[in-house]
Amino acid sequence: MSRNDVLVTADWAQEHLGRPGTVFVEVDEDTSAYDKGHIEGAVKLDWKTDLQDPLRRDFVSKEQFQELLSAKGIGNDDTVVLYGGNNNWFAAYAYWYFKLYGHDQVKLLDGGRKKWELDSRPLSSDAVERPATQYQAKDPDTSIRAFRDEVVDAIGQKNLVDVRSPDEFAGKLVAPAHLPQEGAQRPGHIPTAVNVPWSKAANEDGTFKGDDELAKLYADAGLDTSKDTIAYCRIGERSSHTWFVLRELLGHDNVKNYDGSWTEYGSLVGVPIEKGA
Amino acid sequence: MCGAPKQGGALAGIDLSTQTVIQGQVWHDGAPVAGAYVRLLDATDEFTAEVVTSPEGEFRFFAAPGEWKLRSLAPSGRGERTVSAEVGLNETTVVLDQ
Repeated sequence: MSRNDVLVTADWAQEHLGRPGTVFVEVDEDTSAYDKGHIEGAVKLDWKTDLQDPLRRDFVSKEQFQELLSAKGIGNDDTVVLYGGNNNWFAAYAYWYFKLYGHDQVKLLDGGRKKWELDSRPLSSDAVERPATQYQAKDPDTSIRAFRDEVVDAIGQKNLVDVRSPDEFAGKLVAPAHLPQEGAQRPGHIPTAVNVPWSKAANEDGTFKGDDELAKLYADAGLDTSKDTIAYCRIGERSSHTWFVLRELLGHDNVKNYDGSWTEYGSLVGVPIEKGA
Repeated sequence: MCGAPKQGGALAGIDLSTQTVIQGQVWHDGAPVAGAYVRLLDATDEFTAEVVTSPEGEFRFFAAPGEWKLRSLAPSGRGERTVSAEVGLNETTVVLDQ
């Protein structure tokens, strides 16, 4: 796996608009950004309503995922290029999700919506219609998804990477600072986790840093490459960004994303929590 | 969740006796800038959050008391401002250079 297999540049994207076999997909929680202007021909996925079960806290099923992609006009042979706001957090989450359901030809647009806008590249507000497909998903690949018991067992055994901001790690904030500070969770972090904020892997325009710089970042943080790794954040989207860096850009084996993350862990009864830097 | 709420607008429903709200506008050439990216950095210059300004150029963060830095990036330029925040409402303006 190399960077070119999993990332495309904004220039590449602009040259490939409208090419058959390539589908651009914008993924956000708030889809009003898409509605005001999106990359020409891109379809939208709503992080919450499309990718989360409406009742239980879990993913949509394989069958629901098939229906969703079929309705969006995405075929099994299409190359899917994901992008979005929030420095590609939700696009990275969708990338991980597409991989989980077995879609191999998926890439991230480096820099996402932010770089696209900062470059003043064209956006379209035209409605996008694609003919429906008969998408076939695979069974979920849980080798890339961590669940709570596994996370508790990983304390002191595996690499635990907390990718939230230092203030969230320390327990000073319980959510990223664009959100009200409320919730059921106890503040803090999982014991033995190292804090490598997702933002250290990205440049200011939202693009990923170079491979050498990234390798040094995690080595300096004390990540033991001989051990398995679990990344977490608050709800699993920022940790998807780091999962992407560790597994897809740096080629580490056995990296899992814990999508339950702090909103689950910080609400569990009886588990150990640490506070402070 | 992690998607930013709509920027600007009323403070209704926000408990200013517990929340530390940092809000304001981004300006350039004597006018508010819509669609500017605004980052909140902590005292060590580490990223804490980012929002995109409203059509009126507004941004809002929910932080904690202490020293913070706001850094804005837009196609028209960049700007920076430090804020010493306390519990309640902390208002400021970030001006873009260039």
